[in-house]
Amino acid sequence: MPGTYRHRQWVNNAAFAVTGFCALLTLGVLFFILGYVTMHGISSLSWNFFTKLPKPVGEPGGGMANAIVGTFKLIGLASVVGLPIGVLGGVYLAEYGKGNTTGFLVRYSADIINGVPSIVMGIFAYTVVVLPMRHFSALAGGVALGIMLIPIAVRSTEEFLRLVPMAIREAALALGLPRWKVILRVVIPTAMKGLLTGVLLDLSRVSGETAPLLFTAFGNRFWSSGWMNPISSLPVMIFTYAVSPYEDWHRQAWAAALVLLMIVLATNVGARVLMRNQVKVVA
Amino acid sequence: METMLESQPETPMTPESAPPPASAPVETSHGIETIKLNTWFGTNHVLKDISMKIKPRQVTAIIGPSGCGKSTFIRCLNRMHEVVPGARMEGQILLDGANIFELDPVLLRRRIGMVFQKAQPFPTMSIFENVAAGLRLNGMRNHNQLADVVEKSLKRAALWDEVKEMLEKPGTGLSGGQQQRLCIARALAVNPAILLMDEPCSALDPIATSKIEELILDLKKNYTIVIVTHNMQQAARVSDETAFFLLGDLIEFGNTKQIFTNPKDKRTEDYITGRFG
Amino acid sequence: MMNTHCEERSDKAICRRLNRSPRSFRSLAMTSGLGDRLFKNLTLLFALSILAIAAAIAWELFKNSALSRHAFGWSFLTRQIWDPVAEDFGALPFIFGTLVSSALALLMAIPLGVGVAIFLAELAPRKVSTACAFLIELLAAIPSVVYGLIGVFVLVPFMRVYVQPFLIKTLGFLPLFRGPAYGVGMLTAAVILAIMIVPFITTISREIFLSVPIALKEAAMALGATHWEVVRLAVLPYSRSGIAGSVFLALGRALGETMAVTMVIGNRPEVMASLLAPGYTMAAVLANEFTEATSDLYVHTLIEIGLVLFAITILVNAVGRLILYKMSPYAEPH
Repeated sequence: MPGTYRHRQWVNNAAFAVTGFCALLTLGVLFFILGYVTMHGISSLSWNFFTKLPKPVGEPGGGMANAIVGTFKLIGLASVVGLPIGVLGGVYLAEYGKGNTTGFLVRYSADIINGVPSIVMGIFAYTVVVLPMRHFSALAGGVALGIMLIPIAVRSTEEFLRLVPMAIREAALALGLPRWKVILRVVIPTAMKGLLTGVLLDLSRVSGETAPLLFTAFGNRFWSSGWMNPISSLPVMIFTYAVSPYEDWHRQAWAAALVLLMIVLATNVGARVLMRNQVKVVA
Repeated sequence: METMLESQPETPMTPESAPPPASAPVETSHGIETIKLNTWFGTNHVLKDISMKIKPRQVTAIIGPSGCGKSTFIRCLNRMHEVVPGARMEGQILLDGANIFELDPVLLRRRIGMVFQKAQPFPTMSIFENVAAGLRLNGMRNHNQLADVVEKSLKRAALWDEVKEMLEKPGTGLSGGQQQRLCIARALAVNPAILLMDEPCSALDPIATSKIEELILDLKKNYTIVIVTHNMQQAARVSDETAFFLLGDLIEFGNTKQIFTNPKDKRTEDYITGRFG
Repeated sequence: MMNTHCEERSDKAICRRLNRSPRSFRSLAMTSGLGDRLFKNLTLLFALSILAIAAAIAWELFKNSALSRHAFGWSFLTRQIWDPVAEDFGALPFIFGTLVSSALALLMAIPLGVGVAIFLAELAPRKVSTACAFLIELLAAIPSVVYGLIGVFVLVPFMRVYVQPFLIKTLGFLPLFRGPAYGVGMLTAAVILAIMIVPFITTISREIFLSVPIALKEAAMALGATHWEVVRLAVLPYSRSGIAGSVFLALGRALGETMAVTMVIGNRPEVMASLLAPGYTMAAVLANEFTEATSDLYVHTLIEIGLVLFAITILVNAVGRLILYKMSPYAEPH
């Protein structure tokens, strides 16, 4: 009978069993994905993979050297575009932007940019860079990724700066330092570890993005020189190879996925380990 | 424990199967006895060898300076102490002769009501739902029965007249004193044998406080009440017996009038006359 | 004098910097005001550029969809036709696909996500809970194209061989489950989306559950409630708006998800009743057809679809942020 103690105990145990099952299921999916990618990718990782260019279909020995270099090039460009704006914007918000309208508008704009789907960001970069230049380029891809970097850089900068206690700022001011030196020479260095970790995590997030590169950087089966040519990248290669009908390309896609996963996991775990020694991690 | 269950005819809840008490039940008196009760938070020895008998159907006040263990003491009585991580308890607590550690804690708490320092009506629930919460948990579904018990409890808590027109409004919309009386009504609805009150008036203004003190004097006709208070005048006003705790020890326990006019222990006298505390 | 300060402080780095402060009053008088103003304006400039970029995105999307907006007007949102050859376009199949796949994904992800959060906040010991929370955040860090890969090579065959035939056999009388078992389809896309958005719901919900005031839970416990009843009476009602906020954020993510969806949804621009049928989403059509678009009108139409997607996700995210901001001014949106 409902309401009897035995029934309520049963409901209690059943409900928590269900939640435990949910947890097992979710973690199971995570480990499955990690395991599956490792299993299928590791056999295709080879010297060729890291050093050779893609070969035409049917020819063995092709690799993704240009995609790997391309990904790093794009991340570098994205950092140049997005980090100064993101970090300095974050500094503004943390030090000058509390409670005033400008601060609110800037924060809200950053949220809007953050909410833009990555493919729409690709459209924006297309209209602003590709159309005027009339061709795909690494620059366009870097711009797309860079803009995506801005809101996450703003937020992580602002959070880590806020973590620096007011007392340190006041102590520095009381010693006669001008405000800007307090920020530049005292606050930022104190928060540096957190800031760097934040930047690292942001970059790793952006390195896995595919959609914004589809019609900006586009792709390249050869080495891309400079910034004005289309450039290959790991995520785009994975997509292209995965939807193709060729076995050999599928295997390479798994290998590339493994490399991407390693990069992402390494930065996430590394960031956590770094932060554990300093402050409580703000998710 | 079975005796305590049988002595509640008015609340028609389905009988629950409780495990048999450790020793034969003595009487349906709802008295509490602690025997050499010791508690720890981690390595911090909070209560030291507390042995006392709390008489049924009267008000027992626990007084003492901050940190003396009074709240910890009453939280042991309904086994809320062990909920805190790192908490440990040794000794015996007998309810009508039954050792509470051999009883299911959830069932035990159903028979003991507790009112906290800060009123905590359940958010998102109406006044009616708040009072009915304990009843619903125990399977009462019939709306008429529920309405009946809710009305009785609110009347017992001296809140009925003020809220009878607005039972559907949220419980959090009431004033502090009303919220506390709501929590008392919620505790009374399940017809507990014993009512524990942990500084129930410390967050209230003097008028609300006096209303609750009147309530306590009225309730003691039917319930055993243990009240923790840092306000000595309050203890003198409402309680029949008073226990004075200091740094985890039970210094003195006896008739309230005698404790306040002619304390036996010098430390009690020092505390009452305000030399520390 | 400054050195004694430094012995007390544990952070030597700060001390080194403090010791470098100028000692002569003259140099202070010359640099302070100017330096402060320059620095503040520099950071302000960069901060304002964020405003400018957000506005520019909206503007460019609007400007570059002009041809399509003038050609089709508002009926663009309700027409079902998608014919690049005849240059006749309607966005309904994509809007439909986006909304249905996201809604279905939410239906699966909310109970799962909240269930995990309850387990981690109420049942698991602290260390396990923190470790698991980190692992679940890893799920959010996996790139979407890797999800797509798993989708194509694991989930789609699994759906085609086991799940879809089973659904057809048992629930095939419903129009929701009719049609051949392709493997790809709306349901498959919803499943992969659900996995991707569960971490958003779980992380935020768990943090809220952990912040429920102990006093509230004790009030329920003192009534003689079982642990689950305490969750039902105190924890869940308290967390209602926070969970709602996390759901909106998860929805915003699902609406814009491109790669994983486009690899498993089947890419057919038709509005179908069956969940087993292939579909198409706004993000997917952009990914697939943008580089193939031959005429200006085609490109403008696709950009208009991007504009619609932009508008919907902005709205959803705004509502979600509003709800979360109400709970705490510096809530952690993902």
